[in-house]
Amino acid sequence: MTDLDDHDLRQLPLHDLHVSLGARMVPFAGYDMPVHYPAGVMKEHLHTRAAAGLFDVSHMGQVILRPRIDMPTLALAFEALMPVDVLSLPQGRQRYGLFTNDAGGILDDLMFANRSDHFFVVVNAACKSADIAHLTTHLSQVAEVIPVTDRALLALQGPAAEFVLAALCSPVASMRFMDVGIFPSDFGDLWVSRSGYTGEDGYEISVAETHALACARSLLATSAVLPIGLGARDSLRLEAGLCLYGHEIDTTTTPVEAGLTWAIQKSRRTGGARQGGFPGASRILAELGSGPARTRVGLRPEGRAPMRENTALYDGDTPVGTITSGGFGPSVNAPIAMGYVPATHAAPGTTLTGEVRGKRLPLAVAPLPLFPTSYKR
Amino acid sequence: MKFTEDHEWLRVEGDDTIVVGITEHAATQLGDVVFVELPEIEAMVAEGDEVVVIESVKAASDILSPVDGEIIEVNDKLTDKPGLVNDDPLGAGWFFKIKVDDVSVIDQFMDEDEYQDLIS
Repeated sequence: MTDLDDHDLRQLPLHDLHVSLGARMVPFAGYDMPVHYPAGVMKEHLHTRAAAGLFDVSHMGQVILRPRIDMPTLALAFEALMPVDVLSLPQGRQRYGLFTNDAGGILDDLMFANRSDHFFVVVNAACKSADIAHLTTHLSQVAEVIPVTDRALLALQGPAAEFVLAALCSPVASMRFMDVGIFPSDFGDLWVSRSGYTGEDGYEISVAETHALACARSLLATSAVLPIGLGARDSLRLEAGLCLYGHEIDTTTTPVEAGLTWAIQKSRRTGGARQGGFPGASRILAELGSGPARTRVGLRPEGRAPMRENTALYDGDTPVGTITSGGFGPSVNAPIAMGYVPATHAAPGTTLTGEVRGKRLPLAVAPLPLFPTSYKR
Repeated sequence: MKFTEDHEWLRVEGDDTIVVGITEHAATQLGDVVFVELPEIEAMVAEGDEVVVIESVKAASDILSPVDGEIIEVNDKLTDKPGLVNDDPLGAGWFFKIKVDDVSVIDQFMDEDEYQDLIS
């Protein structure tokens, strides 16, 4: 086990539930988190894709931005922090966003939702105090920045998610991918989005801490739902080709290098109605125009040996890149990885080698996602 | 059957051979095994040499040879079915057979009761 100071670890609102379910707990982003339950990572992963999995993601930061003037004024100020179109986001919809720095690097990735009279934002656990400070510094003239500290955040993911959640809260059945809504339930108001980070259809559910245990127990009452730990959350998102902050993206990677150009709407690009005007715009817009020098790719080792994070990649004897996340993909049933390579080496099918325990083993660049996604669009 | 502090088991087979695997406790701690790299047959190994690499969904781990000897057989089934290590760690999930000068070398290791005390 770890030598970290356990007294510095924060507990999740559902900590006792995880322990009673037999979770193995590990420190992650300052929280004592379930890494897996007795079923183990492999079964948890496969069950999520076959039926549904319940993830406790209460470590993530939930923040409300309440406009001091009006929503368009706030939207424009929020846009000044991201290469993303906030102004056009309709009510009841969520969008993926990225805080960038002046060098075009990524400070964090996030989800933001237009909830009619305010924005609801979900940020990464490890970045949340920096993000709240960033929002407060830049938006306090136009918004109240209100951290939500009394709500748990659960993710219910997989093909059975709709059936299971609709039994507790029927309106969720008609939601589409990236819709958001606030729905009354036996567990108080649920703040629901049809989204997640597994590549599956599913929901993220913000529930008052006082109701979180009863809500989680109700969702777990059917055999369709297993509790899922961080281990399977990581293998699911890796198969889905999704970036994890601190691995695929950080302050040294730009959104274009990371292959996140789909998150940069036309209105913010060169020639768009509100082009540029975000931190790092000169570099990001230049890379959008002429292509980045290096880019994030999917990777498939040819043998059975997994290639982990930090594995060096070679073309012949020339070092060309590094793996940023790697392991075994239970649904792919083979080792999988993501990493950065020069744009010249990014075409699917390009063969490289990765150094594992002193041996150079072959792997091929593969299209992302590494396993098909099934969002309900 | 004898047990090491590194959570291996050792079983004598015939006059001069020891079969080596990992315990159920170790397999549970590792999680689902997805890859096993086995030693070369006829390799001469010394106690403490890294002879097997196990990759689980979580991480890579080394298995050290508990004794000096010559690798005479490896469990090739693990190449295609690494999950045997989880399903049957004390049986079908064995790793390798090592030929030793004197099988009494295993007397230095723990018996089952001593091992149970170690992991409890």
